[in-house]
Amino acid sequence: MTDPGTPWDVAIVGGGNAALCAAIEAAEAGARVILLEAAPRHMRGGNSRHTRNFRCMHQGPLSVLTDTYGEDEYYDDLIRVTGGKTEPELARLAIRESESALPWMESHGVRFQPSLSGTLSLGRTNAFFLGGGKALVNAYYATVEDLGVTIRYEAKVAHVHIESGAFRWLELESGERIVARAVVLASGGFQADLDWLARAWGPAARNFLIRGTPWNRGEVLRDMLDQGAESVGDPTQCHAVAIDGRAPKFDGGIVTRLDCVPFSVVVNRDGARFHDEGQDVWPKRYAIWGRLVAAQPDQVAYAVIDAKARGLFMPSVFPPETADTVEELGTRLGIDGAHLAATVDAYNAACRPGTFHPTELDGVATEGLEPPKTNWARPIDTPPYYGYTLRPGVTFTYLGLKVSPRAQVQSGHGPLTNVWAAGEIMAGSILGQGYLAGFGMTIGTVFGRIAGQEAAAHAL
Amino acid sequence: MPYDTTATAATATDEARRQLEICNACRYCEGYCDVFPALTRLSQMDPGAISHLASLCHNCRGCYYACQYSPPHEFALNLPAALAEVRQQDWEDFARPQAVARLFHRSGLALAAALVAGFAVLFAAIAALRPESGEGFYATLSHNAMVAIFAPAFVLPLLAVGLSLRAWWQAIEGGPVRWADVTRAARAAGRMRNLDGGQGQGCNFEKEDRYSDARRWAHQATLWGFLMCFAATSVATLMHYGLNWPAPYGFWSPPKLLGVPGGILLCIGTGWLMALKLRADPDLGAARVWGGEMGFVALLFFVSATGLALYAATGTAAVPALLAIHLGAVLAFFLLTPYSKMVHGFYRFAALMADRRPG
Repeated sequence: MTDPGTPWDVAIVGGGNAALCAAIEAAEAGARVILLEAAPRHMRGGNSRHTRNFRCMHQGPLSVLTDTYGEDEYYDDLIRVTGGKTEPELARLAIRESESALPWMESHGVRFQPSLSGTLSLGRTNAFFLGGGKALVNAYYATVEDLGVTIRYEAKVAHVHIESGAFRWLELESGERIVARAVVLASGGFQADLDWLARAWGPAARNFLIRGTPWNRGEVLRDMLDQGAESVGDPTQCHAVAIDGRAPKFDGGIVTRLDCVPFSVVVNRDGARFHDEGQDVWPKRYAIWGRLVAAQPDQVAYAVIDAKARGLFMPSVFPPETADTVEELGTRLGIDGAHLAATVDAYNAACRPGTFHPTELDGVATEGLEPPKTNWARPIDTPPYYGYTLRPGVTFTYLGLKVSPRAQVQSGHGPLTNVWAAGEIMAGSILGQGYLAGFGMTIGTVFGRIAGQEAAAHAL
Repeated sequence: MPYDTTATAATATDEARRQLEICNACRYCEGYCDVFPALTRLSQMDPGAISHLASLCHNCRGCYYACQYSPPHEFALNLPAALAEVRQQDWEDFARPQAVARLFHRSGLALAAALVAGFAVLFAAIAALRPESGEGFYATLSHNAMVAIFAPAFVLPLLAVGLSLRAWWQAIEGGPVRWADVTRAARAAGRMRNLDGGQGQGCNFEKEDRYSDARRWAHQATLWGFLMCFAATSVATLMHYGLNWPAPYGFWSPPKLLGVPGGILLCIGTGWLMALKLRADPDLGAARVWGGEMGFVALLFFVSATGLALYAATGTAAVPALLAIHLGAVLAFFLLTPYSKMVHGFYRFAALMADRRPG
């Protein structure tokens, strides 16, 4: 039993990948560490529970990764998705450190498996976790337990007490105080706080689905910003993709994704098309559909395919609505069937012959249709017809804490003496826009480790 | 629309299908065992395909502890239990008579009663058929009497298992059997590959989300111990009829060299399996047959322990009683083969044979 008066060396706020990496590093450095996870044990791990891979630089074959993936190529990929909205020094640090992070992960219990079926395009760049992110989280919790870290579940931090530029103690929701010499903030973003999203986005945000944990409510982020911590990232933006409209409000994870858009016609509530479904190869343009659907009335859209397109995309967890005519399908989807049929007829009439090729930009496009469909535009004419409901699913938010390359949290008056941050709470520095598969885990791992090392070095 | 987990869960097969459809959309567990790669190759999830996956599953539980959708998530995924229920249903549905299978799969008490009945038969046989001469065990019960009891008690249950298995093979559309199917299945079963977690780290049985190889080792001791005991009996039969070299055999004879270490392994393996089973979460298997499963392992333990005791008692006055007890247990074990957990080995082997990966 620890004397409640004895301060901890390092307190870690959060219980996902970044928090666990920080806890491991701090404990291995010899620090007395307490980890505060807001969720109950069965929900531990934040959004890391839903992840599946780690994007990793490598100069040659490394573990399950084939070939090479160099710093420049990796950085170029990042620039492409973020449109240049990144802090180059931090981004390059995350990329470079990812190579040594992978063996470190393996030596701390994480197991990798070859690229999953249906994800061969990622086999060179992304190392997949055996069993997915929850297995990784389980492995790290076991490691942390073995290192003697004190783990507290359902320990929600309400306030980070800062006095003259230095952290003094944490106040839990229960009123309990946790005193520590250093703190690592790794409590994620605020995407599960619908009120916050509604303030940033407008009332439409209440119709968004949250793909990950309901525990990322951003209390710690808000508290730090209120106390003058510097922020990064667009406070009004979140990363959202179009997912199955029948997904749970929270925590639906990977299985709610819908990959059918390129082979479909997508209409809104009024049965009208609103964007080029064939703009680019899935999943490259996956992310834009979250925003597109969010901008439609009632934040809902409907993707319609015919029998020819079934089997061209990963199965969804929810069976599609099925009908023998497009009009009837519309009715089943709860929209005006006649409008839908008219839209599909106009689309079919605009389709031109061409060689359909599902895995590349095949140039099979509509003619004289607005908006056009520029690839994979085959007529939708073979019953049965299938329809899926689409809604925006929020993955993460961009607003975060500004940190130094040593993960130290910055305020308007310079760095806070003994406060570090890692993971989604600071990822906006690097991912200012868009998303790169597996990069969230890279940021969490690299900066979690740095934060843990720095916090321990300060405390000891 | 909330995801309804109860509406479609009418039968074990429907519930397994509901869960497998979620798995098929996720695929994070692909590296754990043969079930998930087989799932991704399916074009249709018909009941036969689900039966095949169910028997391919070795209940390592890796997928459960890795699952982001395990209860209390509303998707309520517990694939180890869902597949265990399907296999259990198959073992009962394909057995003849079904009522006997349902009884002994479920009830450890029924198994114990069968055991006692086995003792009674053997005591009665020994009392009624006392031989006039004979060496070793044959002084208690003649070789011919043993053959008269055990030949049908061995052959008939095997025949019953064979008929069930043939019907099941047709249900899963196993197709024509090739020699390569047998060798591939033998390699997978011989190493218990589906309990190694995919990378040799073991499964998640008694230590929950931590990996452990204990169950694999315990099962290997049980499997190989059993096979050695079986080989000992087979060799002895060959020696008796082929070489005109009847029992008793000395320690340095093939039957004893196989049987004694085999019996010890079987004893250790089954004892260990029972200890592990007591620590594991029953809700990750077919919970309703926990008693029957435990009873079956206990019966195997009893068979091996009494066999060893019988050998240790050679030449003492305890032999007749121990012989009746040991042979009574063996008799119960043989007769219950089609109606107890023992059938899992046959179905699993067949499922491995039917698991043909391309390339």
